[in-house]
Amino acid sequence: MAELPISKEKIEELFGPHLNFEPPGGWKAPVEPDAKVKTHCCFCGQGCGIILNVKDNKVVGFDPWDEFPFNEGKLCPKGIKRYMQGSHPDRLMTPLKNRPGVGYEPIGWEEAYEKVVSAIQRIQKEHGKDAFALLSGVSLTNEKSYLIGKFARVALQTANLDYNGRLCMVSAGMGNKKAFGVDRAANSWADILETDLLLVAGSNVSECAPITTDYIWKARDRGAKLIIVDPRITPIARTADLILPVRPGTDSALFDSILHLMIKAGKIDRKFIDEHTLGFDEAAKAVEGCTPEWAEKITGVPAAAIVKAATWWGDAKKSMLLHARGIEHHTKGVDNVLSCINIVLASGRIGRPGCGYGTITGQGNGQGGREHGHKCDQLPGNRDITNPEHRKFVANVWGIDEKDMPGKGLSAQEIMNEIHVGTIKGLLLICFNPAVSLPDTRFTEEALKKLDFFVCIDFFMSESARFADVILPGSLHEEDEGTATTAEGRVVRIKKAVEPPGEAKVDWHIFLELAKRLGKEKHFQYSSAEDIFNELRVASKGSTVDYYGITYEKIEKNMGIFWPCPTLDHPGTPRLFEGGKFAHPDGKARFIPVTYRPSADEINDDYPIYLTTGRVIFQYLSGTQTRRIGFLTKECPEPYLEIHPKLAEKYGIVEGELVRITSRRDSIDLKTKVVRTIRPDTVFIPYHWPDKKSANRLTQRALDPLSKIPEFKFSAVRIEKIENARK
Amino acid sequence: MLENNSPVPENDFFIDPQRCIGCKACEAACSECATHRGVPMIHLDFFDRGETVKTSPMVCMHCDDPSCAAVCPADAIKRTPDGVVQSSLNPRCIGCSNCEIACPFGVPNIFDGSAQMLKCDMCYDRTSVGLKPMCANVCPSQALYFGPKEWIAKNRKNKPNNKFQFGEQLLTTKVHLMVDDDRVPVNLDAMDFISTGEVGAREPWL
Repeated sequence: MAELPISKEKIEELFGPHLNFEPPGGWKAPVEPDAKVKTHCCFCGQGCGIILNVKDNKVVGFDPWDEFPFNEGKLCPKGIKRYMQGSHPDRLMTPLKNRPGVGYEPIGWEEAYEKVVSAIQRIQKEHGKDAFALLSGVSLTNEKSYLIGKFARVALQTANLDYNGRLCMVSAGMGNKKAFGVDRAANSWADILETDLLLVAGSNVSECAPITTDYIWKARDRGAKLIIVDPRITPIARTADLILPVRPGTDSALFDSILHLMIKAGKIDRKFIDEHTLGFDEAAKAVEGCTPEWAEKITGVPAAAIVKAATWWGDAKKSMLLHARGIEHHTKGVDNVLSCINIVLASGRIGRPGCGYGTITGQGNGQGGREHGHKCDQLPGNRDITNPEHRKFVANVWGIDEKDMPGKGLSAQEIMNEIHVGTIKGLLLICFNPAVSLPDTRFTEEALKKLDFFVCIDFFMSESARFADVILPGSLHEEDEGTATTAEGRVVRIKKAVEPPGEAKVDWHIFLELAKRLGKEKHFQYSSAEDIFNELRVASKGSTVDYYGITYEKIEKNMGIFWPCPTLDHPGTPRLFEGGKFAHPDGKARFIPVTYRPSADEINDDYPIYLTTGRVIFQYLSGTQTRRIGFLTKECPEPYLEIHPKLAEKYGIVEGELVRITSRRDSIDLKTKVVRTIRPDTVFIPYHWPDKKSANRLTQRALDPLSKIPEFKFSAVRIEKIENARK
Repeated sequence: MLENNSPVPENDFFIDPQRCIGCKACEAACSECATHRGVPMIHLDFFDRGETVKTSPMVCMHCDDPSCAAVCPADAIKRTPDGVVQSSLNPRCIGCSNCEIACPFGVPNIFDGSAQMLKCDMCYDRTSVGLKPMCANVCPSQALYFGPKEWIAKNRKNKPNNKFQFGEQLLTTKVHLMVDDDRVPVNLDAMDFISTGEVGAREPWL
């Protein structure tokens, strides 16, 4: 594909995003449902329980699911209005073929499958198996995530499979695996309620994990203190006991300094360190020079505040540390995570009631979707695709010869880079909207136009799908059975409330048909999502992420089961690391020394301002779904530039003024929101929008060397009044 | 219908604005109600976003001696025996807006297209069958809480208040407003939390 087949305006007229303000049949339609389906929200990693009300195969409303223990009926507005994505006028109902100059032409499934399979076979024959890549996403169920991993390795036989979790939790995952030997929050959220001190770093909890706010407040009602590390005073930060507004990209300097102060004051748990960890001395050596004065210069947080945080952390009897994308979206994302883990391990406060640590996973199935072979270097059970024993085990489950299993492939951004170079010629995309979510939008758009063949499975015409040669209508979260795993590590049941409309198909049916046509039918024999789950259980057996003892029945009966759960009579594991037992073979956790290093982008006179990006409460990820829901989009219709009045004053900029923001990649024009709640050397833009207003036009493709996460949370920019803007 | 023998409520409604995160789950959920489809009866106030992220949800306070009812020329606004001030009675309401003007909390609304005053009735349909009002049910931070007074007294550090002085008018209300505790300031400037010395060196304009 080259250019879009018709104008962007025409595409939007036909496929939206249009705003849906009303339930099917309008507000005056009768509300008595035929069925009430207990399932979960799809719009963040918390996986809140929700009841969907169904009438005539349409979701017509919601009810709180008060008994579900995580959220007890609480919901954010995305969950409440989520049902408006079903029965939406923009919904894709038939396969489409891209015809330049004409548009997207409806075709039958037979023709669509034929086109896709012949293109895969042609490209792989001419350019090798790895020239066809698959990019997926973790808003999919565990079953689909597992199946896609297997499909890529067994049916496509490409090494180049990766997922949009690469833009989300991979730094945390890598850090957790290194330090603990396993990638999961160490505690269920119930431990938040019992803690005395909460340190929350780089997480706009109120907007990105709203229900977690209640857990934090309930701890505070008991007298727990709250420390927030964030360049912005978010709603939860306003109420905190200590606010540390670090300069973007300097988190590890702060945590290194806290470790330095803990060691200096003797506020470490020497017994725990000796008995349950390795590497403390090296980690201690790395922070020898990390005085609060040193950290103040780097982080822009006063030394006295750092001392206060270290004193509180050192003295606490019970503590929890939570972090999210704010510290993870960096070229040193893994370092930042490890610097947090180091202060947790040094305190010895993990694996006990009210004591622990966790990343607040962001996506709908951000936890489960990253466990079972969805990543370029990973096999089910978070096994390693380069480990011969792991390969043999999984090859055996899949019924293939280990030698036929591809090796480690490229990560999401690296795949896009190779598409741009031209070595990757074909792409299957599902549950991922790189035209909005990858950094350096201009580059991504150029790359997508270079693909020889591009097929996209989606329920709406996303900004990325517009470039596809063939678009296959897939299923919404509420149109399939399955499981998801929440930020807590709780495996929950996703229920099918309705059938996909029109000719749209359940996603995994599409993969089964493609596998069949690629000659791999015998490896893809499933008659239900539960069949896929049961194979996942076996594939994960004996791994660090053991699902073997979890069944659909058991999940429903217990309203979720925490992994690891190795046997059918095992109750699951809400709290990890009890008794100081970690998941490395020797049972010990690892301190990893962290030395602060600067970010990839450089602040100078041309680009003097720090840009950070993030979410708002009313939108989810690239907005493919939420930008179509009237209530949500009316509340937050477009991106804006948050800027401190001091900085605004310097440029003579006022509230609501359209200004130009320029990075070394590109420029965008946005209206300002002049607020005192952000560092005066830093600006913020929410990232949910495409095209000329995409925050990711400004961000860069620099990656963390270990996790390969892009540096979304720091770009150097300049700001100009429109009339003064340099060309 | 209003004079029936409703069970004496054991639960009370508490608004705790310091916990509010401005997410509008309350408005979203309220607008799903079967009796006023698509129209929320609750509203959320943003203070001055330039100065603060503070927000505050506003339900009907359900005054003991409601001004809206007192000024209604059609006697269309009734209060139940358990203290819930209802929306106007449809046959009586003349849409004159007196209630809108008189309510010191800004609650009643004459909605476009209905010419009738509708307002928060604390989800009478839900509370009468033992459920929480929808906004309090969904509120992610429990800035809107529906439950026993004793629970609030035991579990929250800040204190409930239901007496409000507006000029010469003293109102007591069924709904309680939790007073922010002194740990939580309204306005915070990020400038006050950063290292001025170092930033100053880099950014002489600060």
